[in-house]
Amino acid sequence: MTYSQRLVNLLLGLAPIALALMLSTLVLIAAGAPPLEAYKHLLQGASESPAKIADVLVVWVPLVLCSVGLLFTFTAGLWNIGVEGQIIFGVIFATWVARDIYLPAILLLPLMILAGMIGGALWGLLAGALKVYGGIHEIFGGLGLNFIAMTTNIWLIAKPWRPELGATMQGTDPFPAAAWLPRLAGLRLSPVSLLLAVTAVVVVFFTLRGTLWGLQLKAIGKNARSAYLLGIATNRHMLLSFALCGALAGLAGVIQVSGVWGRDIPQISGGIGYLALLVTMLSGFRALGVAPVALFFAAIGVGAARLHLRMQLDPSLAGVLEGGLVLSVLLVAGLRTRLLISREG
Amino acid sequence: MEITLLIRILSSVLADSSPLVIASMGETISERAGVINLSLDGSIMLSAMSGFAAAYLTGNVVWGFLAATMVGALIALLIAFASITLHQDQVAVGFVLTLLGAELANFLGGPFVRRPGPRVPHMPIPLLRDIPVVGEIFFRHDILVYASVVLIVVVWFWIFKTQAGLRLRGVGERPEAAFARGVNVNRLRYLYTVTGGALVGIAGAAYSLNVKLGWSEGHTLGNGWIALAIVIFGGWHPLRVAFGAYLFGALTSLGGILQRRIPGVPTQVFQAAPFALMILVLLFVSGGALERLLSLFPPRIRRVLREALRVAPPSALGRPFVTE
Amino acid sequence: MTVRRFTPPLVLAREAMKVELRGIKKCFGTVRANDGISLTVEPGTIHGLLGENGAGKTTLMKVLSGFLSPDGGRVLLDGEETLFSSPAQAIEKGIGMLHQDPLDFPPLKVLDNFLFGRDSGFLQKRERARKEVLELSERFGFALDPETYVNTLTVGERQQLEIVRLLSLGVEVLIFDEPTTGISTPQKVTLFATLHRLAKEEGKSVIFVSHKLEEVLELCSEVAVLRRGKVAGEIAMPCTSEELVRLMFGQVITTRAADEVSLGEPVLELRELGVHTYRLDLSPASLLVRAGEVIGLAGLEGSGQRLLLRACAGLIKPSRGSLFLRGEDMSGKSYQKFLEAGGAYLPAGRLEEGLIPGLNLAEHFVLARRGRAPFFINWALARGDAGRKIEEFNIIGNPSTLVEGLSGGNQQRTLLALLPDSLPLLLLEHPTRGLDVESALWVWDRLLERREEGTAVLFTSTDLDEILERSDRILVFSGGKILQVLDASQTDLEQLGYLIGGKRG
Repeated sequence: MTYSQRLVNLLLGLAPIALALMLSTLVLIAAGAPPLEAYKHLLQGASESPAKIADVLVVWVPLVLCSVGLLFTFTAGLWNIGVEGQIIFGVIFATWVARDIYLPAILLLPLMILAGMIGGALWGLLAGALKVYGGIHEIFGGLGLNFIAMTTNIWLIAKPWRPELGATMQGTDPFPAAAWLPRLAGLRLSPVSLLLAVTAVVVVFFTLRGTLWGLQLKAIGKNARSAYLLGIATNRHMLLSFALCGALAGLAGVIQVSGVWGRDIPQISGGIGYLALLVTMLSGFRALGVAPVALFFAAIGVGAARLHLRMQLDPSLAGVLEGGLVLSVLLVAGLRTRLLISREG
Repeated sequence: MEITLLIRILSSVLADSSPLVIASMGETISERAGVINLSLDGSIMLSAMSGFAAAYLTGNVVWGFLAATMVGALIALLIAFASITLHQDQVAVGFVLTLLGAELANFLGGPFVRRPGPRVPHMPIPLLRDIPVVGEIFFRHDILVYASVVLIVVVWFWIFKTQAGLRLRGVGERPEAAFARGVNVNRLRYLYTVTGGALVGIAGAAYSLNVKLGWSEGHTLGNGWIALAIVIFGGWHPLRVAFGAYLFGALTSLGGILQRRIPGVPTQVFQAAPFALMILVLLFVSGGALERLLSLFPPRIRRVLREALRVAPPSALGRPFVTE
Repeated sequence: MTVRRFTPPLVLAREAMKVELRGIKKCFGTVRANDGISLTVEPGTIHGLLGENGAGKTTLMKVLSGFLSPDGGRVLLDGEETLFSSPAQAIEKGIGMLHQDPLDFPPLKVLDNFLFGRDSGFLQKRERARKEVLELSERFGFALDPETYVNTLTVGERQQLEIVRLLSLGVEVLIFDEPTTGISTPQKVTLFATLHRLAKEEGKSVIFVSHKLEEVLELCSEVAVLRRGKVAGEIAMPCTSEELVRLMFGQVITTRAADEVSLGEPVLELRELGVHTYRLDLSPASLLVRAGEVIGLAGLEGSGQRLLLRACAGLIKPSRGSLFLRGEDMSGKSYQKFLEAGGAYLPAGRLEEGLIPGLNLAEHFVLARRGRAPFFINWALARGDAGRKIEEFNIIGNPSTLVEGLSGGNQQRTLLALLPDSLPLLLLEHPTRGLDVESALWVWDRLLERREEGTAVLFTSTDLDEILERSDRILVFSGGKILQVLDASQTDLEQLGYLIGGKRG
């Protein structure tokens, strides 16, 4: 590559960041807030103390789990928007186990994890079945199921799992001690969850790269019709990818409920499912890219809380930055391809 | 006694469904041209907020509608640019814009939450309003509701009776053939996508300034997705899409009434109901149910019915058009 | 030059037009599709453009009709140099092209297609257009119904619609690109009569693009032969077919004669097999196919051949009757079972249904491997395997080449290379569509090799020559029924062409 080509490449690589920053700066100005101060708070909020860094990791874990899970469905060419609901059903199954089954932690926790993964997998399978057997595009199926999952969770907290005292907006009563994931001293972070997240990334990476099933999934994603004619069981593979993604999302849910909050709350999924979709898109659908991107998103997310505290700004600024970034990447990628074509032609 | 209740229900269904009607009409023409505006949910939310904010700050609904229309059109322009010119995946861009629109709405809408604001003035039509039954259902609304009904007719007429409408259909079905016959495919796609977006913007304002007054976090959540589903349900035909919109409105109202009449059923059931309905409706249309229903009829009637109930999307929907 | 415009019914007001192409050049990447082509077409004649697939005929005509802009050379109409920037402009100047796959709108009605894009104001003037369609149809002996949907028409009828439409727009030069593919003999007879009429009575310039010698000999007054992007020669009629062959190929092509193969055990048996889809019903059919037999399925598009082929592959469930593959009852069993039982299916759309764009050759070979495949992929081994197959099948590419980067011929070679080694039954849709003669011959060499090994082959094709030449037996389809089962040696092109037209003709 020539020097000027390298320069152009670099500029095109940085352009999305610049664009996203421009967008959020404009938005901040529109809200009447000084942009530089906002960015300062954002960065500080994520890094100023070990507790804050732990918080970032706390957000990072479920985000990574969902994002690598989404790699299964994305590789198969599917838009699994229903991740959010799959997290919630993981939560529901795990919460049920935590509340109604009495075992020592060493048995209870693995059981909760198993239950949560099954719950998420089942909800994912449902979205998949709606697509495969019902012909409904997975976006609509996933979305509808998300809303149904959310309202189901809210109902569960309001009625059967109603807390003894206090408003239901606080969630259920805290879990018995045996149902809590072990945490690092004084922090909300559990080393178990970190281990699970890292393992998931590695497993997904190797599955997609080095197994026949991963290659078959890739084939389905590129051209499902040809894949079927080549002898690949497309329906089965697609359903499996939904189930696996749902399982990982369910696992994220278990961690939320058992390692972070210690109980079920109405907003337990916290938009992590939707955010994971953005993370996967931004990482170029590569397993190794997911971890750093998720870290970045987690950092902004935590930093934004401080923004709310110090500047009374809605923490959804984080979402603006994140969405703006993905949008800019899409636009710049498109520009890049068009420039390439016009240069060749 | 029951008749007056029924009339009141029908009247409110007409009014409450008007934003959904407007949004789905906009999406219909956009998709007929071949471009999916998946950002509908975020678009409606952002334009609802902007419309309310503008109206609140100026004290005038007209400014509110103008602001909302601009917002809807701008988002659609982005989608058009990304997909028509940059050949990016419409689903990807639309999805990101949905999230972004919602986040922007929540972020910028803070100061306007739960504030009382102006609303669209009530405008019953003199003389017509006094016709028994019909008058009460149709002519005691505001200009927006009247406009939504007129819009249905306009869109239908445009698509099926004008040369321009024929070009619209051609562009969405087979852009190569349209191009071969002198149609500037991409320009038309831009036009229809942005116009559709503008209508979506108006629909947003129709929520915050008329049907669901004011602004709050997640104010219009979910309605955009339902509009998208309705377009599919209606087979991209304006009259059937409108029917779908009113059907949804009616069932939502019904849900509201049942909720009051039947205590003990948790509110969440009614909150989740529209989305369960959305899934069921799509299942009916996409699954084999429609085919099986049709097979009950004799072949001759079946053919006529199949024409009327066509559910195939425009063949070129979602695909960018590239010349040599 | 007067500007074309929609004028009141039955135009034909302009004088006939002479077309000259001088030194047309057009490249696609490194491929020189047109390498300095010069051609003159006189008004009132049917001028033939002959050449095998890939010679550059369609590219040249696309340049003339405004679909492509040439890299070099000029187009002159009646002596004046013209430049088209779009097909619509070309039509305005009086040049219209009928594509092999008509560029119309299948989901819309005949009348809608006719109306589309006309400069006739705000409202659709349906009544006026309807009259025009009917008048023009009658004049040429077509039977077009303005209210039918184009996707229910046969290819021949879609052509007729295009002819009517172009004429009403005042076109003086009509280009027909391979118009006889996929139409029945009666339709061909009508088409040829129409072409004669257009040239002789209406004074139009007609360009007939084809790769079929006999048709060109029958129809045209002058022929230009293209070979590898250049004009190999121009001949006025009458001339001999040998002269044309020499110009087309530059040498004599011998097709390998199929060795006599003794037929073996029954491989495929159909007993009253019927299929029902909402588009078409396939009437119950019975058939016995033996090992080493080649069966050609002939018929117009939509007559049921494809349906039967897919039903045999388990891609569609039969609604009645039964199906046996090597004695095993496969009725209603899935495509997966069909593959396991020793069948293979090669679809017509190479990139749409056969290969996977975005994946490379090595990945395809891994995916196509039958039998117990290890869960983890050894990529080094896989690349080695792929390399061997690539050499064996003479595919121009390496294991990391993406399949969309291969030429049509190489894609077909890949598809054949992906087939398992021992194969009792092979079903193919249009095995040589769009291939140049050399690649087509290579494909059939491979298929004949398989046949000698005992594979039974069933194939569909729109090329009746291919069906006649390659099949042992021919199944003639029309309207969802097998009209006849013929012995290939006892029929000819004309009879076949009539049979596939069925009752509709």
